[in-house]
Amino acid sequence: MSVKELEKTATLEHATDGHHHGDGILGEQFETMEQQNTSYLIGMWAFIVQEVLFFGAIFAAYAIYRFKYVMEFTLAHHELSVPIGTLNTFVLLFSSYTMARAVRAAMQNRHKRQAFYLFLTFIFAGVFMVNKYFEYSAKFEHHLFPGGDYDAHSVVHHAQEKGELRVVEENGREFYELGKTRDGQFTAFTKVTPEEFEQRTRLFFGFYFVMTGLHGLHVLIGMIIIGVLIGRAWIDHLKNKPIADFMPVEMTGLYWHLVDIVWIFLFPLLYLIGR
Amino acid sequence: MAGHSDSHVHPVSLYTRTLWWLMALLVLTVVAGYIPNVPNWLGVVIALTIAVWKATIVIMNFMHVRFSGKLAWLFAGAGFFWLIIMLAFAFADYVSRPWEPFHGWPE
Repeated sequence: MSVKELEKTATLEHATDGHHHGDGILGEQFETMEQQNTSYLIGMWAFIVQEVLFFGAIFAAYAIYRFKYVMEFTLAHHELSVPIGTLNTFVLLFSSYTMARAVRAAMQNRHKRQAFYLFLTFIFAGVFMVNKYFEYSAKFEHHLFPGGDYDAHSVVHHAQEKGELRVVEENGREFYELGKTRDGQFTAFTKVTPEEFEQRTRLFFGFYFVMTGLHGLHVLIGMIIIGVLIGRAWIDHLKNKPIADFMPVEMTGLYWHLVDIVWIFLFPLLYLIGR
Repeated sequence: MAGHSDSHVHPVSLYTRTLWWLMALLVLTVVAGYIPNVPNWLGVVIALTIAVWKATIVIMNFMHVRFSGKLAWLFAGAGFFWLIIMLAFAFADYVSRPWEPFHGWPE
């Protein structure tokens, strides 16, 4: 039997048994469609576990360095825009919702509705990436990208304005005192050389770019897969297919929610704490 | 079994309710971030607690783990179990920060 014929048989079988298992071809290693779908999901979960540990290790490294250089990191935090971060969180949470609705529509074999919700998810992901683009360009402009022309000047400048950093001179050498101004009284918590300050804030932006960059890459990959799924759902709609395999959408959904969860942790840890 | 192998379609209200909770928690975490005079460590604990809360409802409701079989629970659980082992030691730093103030820390 050709693949096409097999597909047709599978569709007919499942269309008649009253269960919407999708029209995926049943692999010979599986007893039932149900078992096959479960295996797909478990495989996807194994991948997600790997992703969780992958991001988790970077979070752990970030946590340790933030603990070690808490004052420097706190001042560097202030360079990130909370409104943009909040907007991006909102957009991503909403995209998770539209993704869940797309999966639901796929299970009901409502192809047009599925394409619509996938399209919304795609748009939200796009808005997220556009925001990221503006955010990144601003960092590059202020020389906060930890590359060749990194310069902590703007961090120093903002911290001085807020009364959290004071430049002092001792024995002809320049030092930065980091602390807080309360009732016009500056209290220094720590004292560092400008070189140390530059290195440590640079480390913060290193973490910022690696973490948000890897996350952004995941969003981008998700957008490509969602784009393909939109096309598939739209073709199913045009062909008036009674039943389609929902597993690709379901598994992409799991991936997309994972991307959302990573951001749920990135947002407070990079943008909010230390305010 | 795992997933919704019975192809159970959940009511839309499950997803809308989850979305409203997520939005409410987003507002809460931003507002909490701006409360003045909160010690640094407490701010981190509050932010992480809300983040874990948000992640949990995404996993349970959007990722359907709540309705899944034991195998999916095992896989999802194993990942987070190992993550907790790894992070517990890192975040112990956060918790112990007030116990070991660095030189010059005011009373």
